Amino acid sequence: MKVDDNSEKNLLEEVIGGGGGRVILVEDRVETSGSFVLHHLLKSSFSSDSPPSVVIFVALSRPFSHYHRISKKLGCNLLIQKENNRLFFLDMLKLQCPGDARNNDNNVLVELFGKIQNAVEISSSLEYNKGYINIMIDELSLLEITTHGSVDEILNFLHYCHTLTSGLGCSLVMLNHEDIYSDALDRRLLSQVEYLADVVIKAEPLATGLSADVHGQLTVWNKGNYGENRHSRNNVSNFHFKVKENGVDYFYPGSLA
Amino acid sequence: MSDSICRSLRDGALDGEHAPALTLKDSLDSPFGARAFDHFLCNLASNVSLGRSQAKSLVLVAFDRSPSSYLELLKSREIDVSSHDWLRIVDCYSDPLGWQERISNSGSVNGTSLKTDWTVATDVRDIYKLLNVIVDLGKGAVELGKVRFSPRFPDHRCHLPIQFISMLSLFFLSVVIADQVSCVFWLVHSDLHESKTVASLEYVSTMVASLEPRIHHAKEEMSHSENLLWLQQNSSGGKFNVRLKRRNGRVKVFCEEFLVEKVGLKFIVVPSENAIVNQTLAPKVQFNLQLSEKERQDRAKVVLPFEHQGNGEDIRIYDGRRSLSKEQDDPHMVGPAMSSTRLQTDSDRGRGEIHYFRDSDEEQLDSDEDPDDDLDI
Repeated sequence: MKVDDNSEKNLLEEVIGGGGGRVILVEDRVETSGSFVLHHLLKSSFSSDSPPSVVIFVALSRPFSHYHRISKKLGCNLLIQKENNRLFFLDMLKLQCPGDARNNDNNVLVELFGKIQNAVEISSSLEYNKGYINIMIDELSLLEITTHGSVDEILNFLHYCHTLTSGLGCSLVMLNHEDIYSDALDRRLLSQVEYLADVVIKAEPLATGLSADVHGQLTVWNKGNYGENRHSRNNVSNFHFKVKENGVDYFYPGSLA
Repeated sequence: MSDSICRSLRDGALDGEHAPALTLKDSLDSPFGARAFDHFLCNLASNVSLGRSQAKSLVLVAFDRSPSSYLELLKSREIDVSSHDWLRIVDCYSDPLGWQERISNSGSVNGTSLKTDWTVATDVRDIYKLLNVIVDLGKGAVELGKVRFSPRFPDHRCHLPIQFISMLSLFFLSVVIADQVSCVFWLVHSDLHESKTVASLEYVSTMVASLEPRIHHAKEEMSHSENLLWLQQNSSGGKFNVRLKRRNGRVKVFCEEFLVEKVGLKFIVVPSENAIVNQTLAPKVQFNLQLSEKERQDRAKVVLPFEHQGNGEDIRIYDGRRSLSKEQDDPHMVGPAMSSTRLQTDSDRGRGEIHYFRDSDEEQLDSDEDPDDDLDI
């Protein structure tokens, strides 16, 4: 299956930069979903152009079949990746969260972290794994269900996931909704994750309104590669995107033929 | 001004004084506090390792990065960390809540465990135990000497109850007033806490350095292009505002700019036209706060009542009590009550006396300088 974003994906990926051990935060809004960025990063992890990587996917919003269908359109078979131990899919939709998590120190998230850490250790021991280990969470705000609204427990969980980035070189990719945090207290989770992130990708609608050829714009702030990024003087990039059936086009404003 | 902070941290505390304490604070508009922390940490570590600072050892409390990343940072700045005699690390990053131990079902949850290179704290919520670990590490490094530790404020990675955050100021205060601590500094993200929490930490500090964006603007009022431009301008640098509290209570404010570079922050002194901010806290007003030359000369001619006049006449001294002196014979004298007294004679012996000696002729008569400021009392 043809993948249309072969040439354009370089724009997003070069702006993001390479390397492991980083935290990438994708923020979207209800008008403009940022899920396609996750799909893009998921697919590029299994791309033959890059060193073979392992993905540990924590799914809180969609079942496996959803990701499988989209990945197939992008030219990637997730079932094969699962069989090859290159994809560890943790389906959290069926997770049972009885009781008040705030009273029992939230064993759910401790167990979830244990599963992620176990998968990382298995991946690290694989001889053929010479790429990076990516931990993807889709999406972050739904973790509040497991914690019964306790932001602190989510932050604890993220802290432990972050220890995997520095200790074992894993990358942490998270999707979160920006517009569901209205006041300052609600924004604590979003603000703390923004502090945590090395790369912040914001998916927003066009300021000029709806367009058939442009579905929105991405603003990428790469905090980590000062002096290395060729594309932006200040490591802040802004470009448009168009989500298609089997790929995504990325282009600078005004450059669409 | 960043150099002044480095010198202050290097020189440490005077005998009988509290240790200098630096609060670094940033916000999401200018989230470069970690880089600023690295700048001061590397400078201090270099001085400690070379024996050029008052402190003989450094205790680093790592909350949001692993100890190995700090060691790599110091190595990248060509600081010798091969011998850990001068550097002790409390690892509050790897397992701050004991989850690793719960997962592996081994050992207790609370307390600290000792690894070969650094001490791992597995329950950072026990603030008193953490304080004891820090002080013990410092004492172990240099017996009965000055120890130093430089913690990161554990705000954005660990679940910490509200009362814990409030206790942190007391915790830092305990550290600052500890006899064997030479200096202390920490980083706080100001927009993650209530203003009173940040203010309580600033009260403990002798130096407060805040990283702020170059341009303050309400994001809600900006268009997308303006917001993008604002983000681009502030993603490469910002303002570095420093507030110093001197021992005599005087507060000074300084302002520098910083640029974010690959190796760290580069501090730039602001142009001289803005240097007025660096000199005084006095606001810009439309009337003169300084005396002109003529006013200065006129003031020098004024004979103050407590000065010895020595011309044989009565010396009029305002005593603040009597409404009108009996000896007052000047019909033009109205207003402040004056009392008269004669030059001291033998008959006045045994009565109360006040002797005033000016320190020097250069001292202004109405100077508000603390004459004991240069004394280490």
